[in-house]
Amino acid sequence: MSNFISLVVYGLADGAILALSALGFVLIYKSTRVINFAQGEFLLVGAYMFYTSFVLLRLPLILATVFGVLVATALGLVVERFVLRPLIGESALSVIMVTIGLSSVLKAVIQLFFGTSVREQPPILPTSRVSVLGATVPLNRLLVIVIAAGVLAAFTRFFTRSRHGVAMRAVADDQQAALTMGISVPRVFAMAWALAAVSALIAGVLLADLSAVEQNIANFGLIVFPVVILGGLDSVPGTIVGGLTIGLLKQFVSGYADPGLAEVVPYLVLVAILLVRPYGVFGETRIERV
Amino acid sequence: MTGPAVAPVVAGSTTATTDLLTINNLEVIYDDVILVLRGLSLAVPAGQIVALLGSNGAGKSTTLKAVSGLLPTEHGEVTDGSIIFDGEDVTRLDAASRVKRGLSLCMEGRHVFEHLTIYENLVAGAYFRGRADTAADLDMVFDLLPKLADMRARIAGYLSGGEQQMLAIGRALMARPKLLMLDEPSLGLAPLLVQDIFAFIKRINAQMGLTVLVIEQNARRALEIADRGYIMEQGRVVLEGVADELRDNPDVKEFYLGLGESGGRKSFREVKHYKRRKRWL
Repeated sequence: MSNFISLVVYGLADGAILALSALGFVLIYKSTRVINFAQGEFLLVGAYMFYTSFVLLRLPLILATVFGVLVATALGLVVERFVLRPLIGESALSVIMVTIGLSSVLKAVIQLFFGTSVREQPPILPTSRVSVLGATVPLNRLLVIVIAAGVLAAFTRFFTRSRHGVAMRAVADDQQAALTMGISVPRVFAMAWALAAVSALIAGVLLADLSAVEQNIANFGLIVFPVVILGGLDSVPGTIVGGLTIGLLKQFVSGYADPGLAEVVPYLVLVAILLVRPYGVFGETRIERV
Repeated sequence: MTGPAVAPVVAGSTTATTDLLTINNLEVIYDDVILVLRGLSLAVPAGQIVALLGSNGAGKSTTLKAVSGLLPTEHGEVTDGSIIFDGEDVTRLDAASRVKRGLSLCMEGRHVFEHLTIYENLVAGAYFRGRADTAADLDMVFDLLPKLADMRARIAGYLSGGEQQMLAIGRALMARPKLLMLDEPSLGLAPLLVQDIFAFIKRINAQMGLTVLVIEQNARRALEIADRGYIMEQGRVVLEGVADELRDNPDVKEFYLGLGESGGRKSFREVKHYKRRKRWL
């Protein structure tokens, strides 16, 4: 039983971070129809930017976070303006190739400045253990779940309450109609990339705190694909369900069966979902009136 | 018709007789080859309802897209002529700046945001106006369309065609336009609903003094509520005048209102004659 509880906590923590990374991916796809293969590298850049401000520049935690968010926003805006905007109207395949190229460039730039060795970063979240329902679990995993839930709730609120959030969804629905409302489509695209970079930064920092500041963070971004395929490419709530499902599944398989198998399981889910429901379990249904 | 003398543009100095919108010799080309508007000129006087009529492919929708700045999204471009709105040349402005100046378009086929609620559709309509004004605008629209207020949490994609059309007009009103352009508001609606929509257009024109430019296939209905009418054929205006006069014009009667001079069925000879006359028109 205690084994089960701790697997659930580990799984939810992984899932929460996955949901955050998937959120950025979904934001970009929903508003701009671009499939961003560089999402994992956004996590990587985010983690290293926080490391730069927190460890190298010795900024206090709050300032380091602000610095990280600013750099991530700038990264999102620059990528949208100079990489993606010139590609508007190009075929989906060219755009995908460009984001794959972008992922290599981002990774290379990080390696150029920071090398490939693991960087030491003092833990931000407390590493002590607490007892939950008879199982002792690390406190930082619980806090990761709480933080990610808070961030996801804030994003959800932004999309339903703020006029910018509503405008983003409007553009996702019907670009021409959004234009007739005076909504600037390029600005919405820029906002989507900036928000995606910020959510990736948060995911990257949390992930680095649980593991380490290293190149592997980028690989975590790859599991985003099973998550968004499961949740639906354009569904914000779907990222949460997809993230938690994949997170829990990985932990259960690794705990009860085999850790090696756990690495493969997300992709088995990916294939299964593509066979059964190609638009995802929570993908937005196409509304058709008869 | 004698146009107003070219006066220096002074903000806010528009009088009752001025034209809110003037289109001069507008030429529009799609994909660099297809000439759709060939020297179109028309004027929309402030406070009036103007109907733009014509058969399919005459360039009515293109006219509205040119005025609202949507042509670039369809590979179209204005190659000649000018669009003057409220004393300002807006020919080269982008779509968003035109909405800010008070030009609102209600697109053909309604184009509501399907996955958003009615409330969110309306909020999106007031996007550029900032937070403070939105509440007052919402009250105004819900006042005009109480039915929408009752359904504000419903997803727009599941509304009926008539409700969607009302929502689309309400959404356009959220931008507090000076000129509301409607592209075929009656498209695909039951006759009773068409009556409602036109009564509503007349009402907002009378109550709010809103200037309206409406495109219609349903020429009879449009001329009933309009003050002026323009009839387009192949990218230019071929007939214009006061709506009542247009309604009594024998050519208009025959070509656009479906009323023959003599009534009854047409013989083949008359059909040939008809085609020749129409070509001339």
